Order: sequence, then structure tokens, then C-alpha cells
Amino acid sequence: MAVVPSRATRGSFWRETYIVFRRQLRMALRNPAWVIIGLVQPILYLVLFGPLLEPLAGQLGAQNAYTLFVPGLLVQLGLFGALFAGFGLIAEWRAGVIEAERVTPASRTALLLGRILRDVLQLFVQGIVLIGLAFLFGLTGSVIGMVFGLILTVLLGAACAAASNALALTTKSEDVMAPVLNSIALPVLLLSGILLPMTIGPQWLQVVSDFMPTKYIVNAIRELFTGDFFTITTMWGVIWTIVLFAAGLYVGTRTFRKENA
Amino acid sequence: MIHARGLARTFEGRVRGRQKEQVKAVAGVDIDVAEGEIVGFLGPNGAGKTTTLRMLTTLLKPTAGTATVAGFDVATQSQEVRRSIGYVSQSGSTSPEARAGEEIMDHGMLYGISQKQAETRGRELFDQLDLEGLWNREPRAMSGGQRRRLDIAMGLVHDPTLVFLDEPTTGLDPQARANLWTHISDLRTKRGATIFLTTHYLDEADALCDRILVIDHGVIVASDTPDALKRQISGDLVELVVTDAAQARAAAELLDRIADTEVDTDTTSVSARVRGAGHEIPGLIRALDSAGIALESIEVRRPTLDDVFLTLTGRSLREDA
Repeated sequence: MAVVPSRATRGSFWRETYIVFRRQLRMALRNPAWVIIGLVQPILYLVLFGPLLEPLAGQLGAQNAYTLFVPGLLVQLGLFGALFAGFGLIAEWRAGVIEAERVTPASRTALLLGRILRDVLQLFVQGIVLIGLAFLFGLTGSVIGMVFGLILTVLLGAACAAASNALALTTKSEDVMAPVLNSIALPVLLLSGILLPMTIGPQWLQVVSDFMPTKYIVNAIRELFTGDFFTITTMWGVIWTIVLFAAGLYVGTRTFRKENA
Repeated sequence: MIHARGLARTFEGRVRGRQKEQVKAVAGVDIDVAEGEIVGFLGPNGAGKTTTLRMLTTLLKPTAGTATVAGFDVATQSQEVRRSIGYVSQSGSTSPEARAGEEIMDHGMLYGISQKQAETRGRELFDQLDLEGLWNREPRAMSGGQRRRLDIAMGLVHDPTLVFLDEPTTGLDPQARANLWTHISDLRTKRGATIFLTTHYLDEADALCDRILVIDHGVIVASDTPDALKRQISGDLVELVVTDAAQARAAAELLDRIADTEVDTDTTSVSARVRGAGHEIPGLIRALDSAGIALESIEVRRPTLDDVFLTLTGRSLREDA
């Protein structure tokens, strides 16, 4: 038996990931209700909340309200779409699908990655629709920066999807998972400066929000949107994204590998 | 095909707060299954059946002991084991909203076979398992029997030489069960597969298994053919119900003359095991009649695997542990 992974087994890893991804995507497209709901939510924010911000943009320190607002919505998409991805996994586990897949010789990491890729693709499409629509509302800024911002969003989403899948496979219960996720989601939403930048808040609130990694990511994406690539803020955002991405994948694969020889 | 020695699994349980407790789910079992055999695994809930099955199918690491399955070690050669075995779990294997044909193709491809091969194999299995015309059906729109056969097809898509079935007919109606038995015994006659299954039912073991392993409290307490196990129970259970305790005593005396075991008396009912009860009952009824005992009811039960289990372990198979 080969100890070092050969080219063939590396090839089969990507093939297995693709098989899992394709299956997930097929099922998502066949029942697109969740995809549509996920898409409609940021659009509602953009249409119904964006105009309220427009007159305030100057006071908030931005030239364009949408370079402030759209990055926040992107991160919101990345966080919340992906954090709830695990619910689908519980249903699959209950139907015996996970067990059936784990008894095949397929890589456990591939079983996770295929699922995350579906969430990532969905997030990517939602992000593009959101940015495209924002242009109609008057978004201006650096297009290259927006591409980088979208990449950060996607990596953050992958981390959240992996963590959510790990939580799902550990708890195996929607009743446990829903309160856990909701109790995480709300403070993260409020303390990341997603809707309004934290800089307008009082000192104590700013200090509390300093402990929220996602705040740095939101701020970094805001700078990227305005074309500021090489700033301290951007650097922190990139670092936190990579840290969260690595941590999410690590926890996710560890959970998927657990309890088998 | 299967050789396990001292296979054990201990779980870390928690009893009230911080106190930790080691729970022995499987306390060291030896299992030998030869090629071409159909072996049944019998035990109540919580006896360690599924835990053993999960260790043999590489889903769970043993905490002690060794096992080779299809010639490979479950601990060090799990990939090779997975390639050689099929596992049909009790909880199913397909998403209710997916399509049957796509599920079986994807499953086959995860075993490394090409999409085309997986489709050919899948369609073959659908034909063999009476699932013709259900290729595009969603599992949620299938009957219980069809879904079970789909699970079996999923477990066979890569042509395994050894198949594990966990409670294959639980929850099916009698026709669907009988139909599934035919398919399971076909696995051996037509494909030469070795089969290891768990079951609760005597008729199922009779219809399918060459040999039965009985497990209780994580230990194998018997291993024999269904007939030999039933022979351990001497005779059919005869139960008489009369109107009062005095009559019960008189009935017990008469029953004792033909009984092979001690007569149990419970106020107005008496019971004992009687070999060949069918021949003895007419004489017993005449004797009761001439003794002036008014019989309320009489019941004769053939020995069941539950009785075997009761004899071996002192408790019923159906008591949920």
C-alpha cells in the first residue's frame, strides 16, 4: 500500500469532491426556494434600507453610501447564508446519506468540501447579483477591489459553512443547533458594523466590537471597494479571513474524520 | 470472510454531572463467518449489534481486539475493507428528495467506478430488485419495500463480495418481507455473496440464515443453526386459562403429565412446554373435561427466537434495554 498519496489518489480526491458537489448542487437547483430566499434578502436590504443611508453617507465618513453598505451586506450574506448550511446536513444524516457515504472509500474531506463548495458557489452568485444591482443604485468604486472583497466574502462563507457542518454533525439536532446559531448570529451582526460602521458608536461599543473578527473583515472590504488595497485595515481583514477559513476547514474535516478507522 | 477476536468497544458515558463512566457496548466478541455463509446476528436493542456491525464496516474504531473483513484488517486497511463490502444500514441511504437513479450512480462513483459503469450497474440492480421504472422516482414517493430494495441496490452497486444488512425487513408488511427474503437469498445463489445480517425475527432467520449468533450485554452467548437453537427449547408453549385457582391446581396436575418442563401457575392460568403439542392437546382436553374443569381458553405457541433468547439470557428480546 502506498504511504505517500499518489497522483491517482489526489486525482480521486478532486473527483470525489466534484461528485459530492454536483449532487448537492443538483438538489439545490431542483428546490430553489432557499436559493431565492437567500437572494431576495440582501436585495430587500438594498432597496428598502439603502435609500435611508444615502443622505447620511457624508456624516458616516463615506463619499458613496453604497461603498459603505454593500460590503456589510456581503459579509451578512457570507455569515448567515453559510452558518445555516448545517441544517441540510442534519436532514441528510437522518436519511442515512452521511453513513452511506462514509462506508465508501471516498475521502472524508471530499465529503465535506463538496458540500462547502455548493454553499460557496451560491454565495458567489448572490454576491455578484448584489454588487451588480448596487451599481444601478449608484455604487461607484474600484471594480478590482470589489472582486477582492467578494473573494474575502467567499472565504468567510466557506469557514462558516464548514463550522456549521461540524456543529450539525456533532449535535445532530435542529433543536440544539437553532438556538446556538441564533445566539451567535445576532451579536456578530450587531458588533461587526454590518449595517452602520462601528466608528459612529460610543467608546465602549467600539471596544467590544474590537473583539469581533468579522468587524475587521467588513472594514477591509469597505476599503477594498473604495480602491484602498494596501492599508493596515485591509491587512487585518485579510489575516482574519485566512485565520477563520483555516480554522473552519480544520474543525470541519476533523469532525468528518472522527469516529472511523 | 469475517474473523474477529476479542473485538470490543467502550464508550465514555456520563452519569449525572461530572462523574465519568466507561460503558462497554461490546465486551470482546469472536466472530467467524465463512465465504458463502448467511449469518444472522440476534439481540435486543442495546445489546451491541449495531456497534459490532459499525466496527466491522470501519465506521467505528474498536477500542480492543482485532478483526479482518474480506481479508483486510479493519483498523489498518479500512480503505480496502470499504471497497470489498456493501453496507445496508437501517436508517436508509438516500435523500428523500433526490432521484433514485442519480443517487445510485453517485454512490457507485464514490467507489471509483466510472459514471457509465455506475449507470449500467445501477440499471441492472433496479431490474434484479424489481425497481423497474423507478429510476427517476424520488425515494419519498416510494413504498417502504421499494425504499428498502433501493437501499440494498445502493449497497451492491460496486459488486461487493460481503454484504452487511442491518435489520433489513423491519417495518415492512408481510408480503414485502417475503419478497425481500427472496432477494437476499438470491444475493448468495446468483452472486456468491456472503451475508451478515441482524434480525429480530425467527421466521426471517429460518428463511435465510445458515447460522445465528446471539449477542447480549456485548457478549456472544450462542452460535448455532436456527434449528439447533430451537431444539434447546423443549417443545411448544401450552397455556390454559380456567375460572378459579382450585381448577388451576387441578389443571396443572393434568398438564404436568405431558409437560417437558415445570408447570407455571399464575392464579387462573397454567403453562408448560410440551413436545409435539399438536398430538397431546386432544387427550389433554378430554382429560380436563372428564375431571370437570371448565376451560376458558387454550393457547399453543411454537418456540420463537424470542424464547431461545429468553432461555439463553433469562430475559425477553423485546424488552427495550
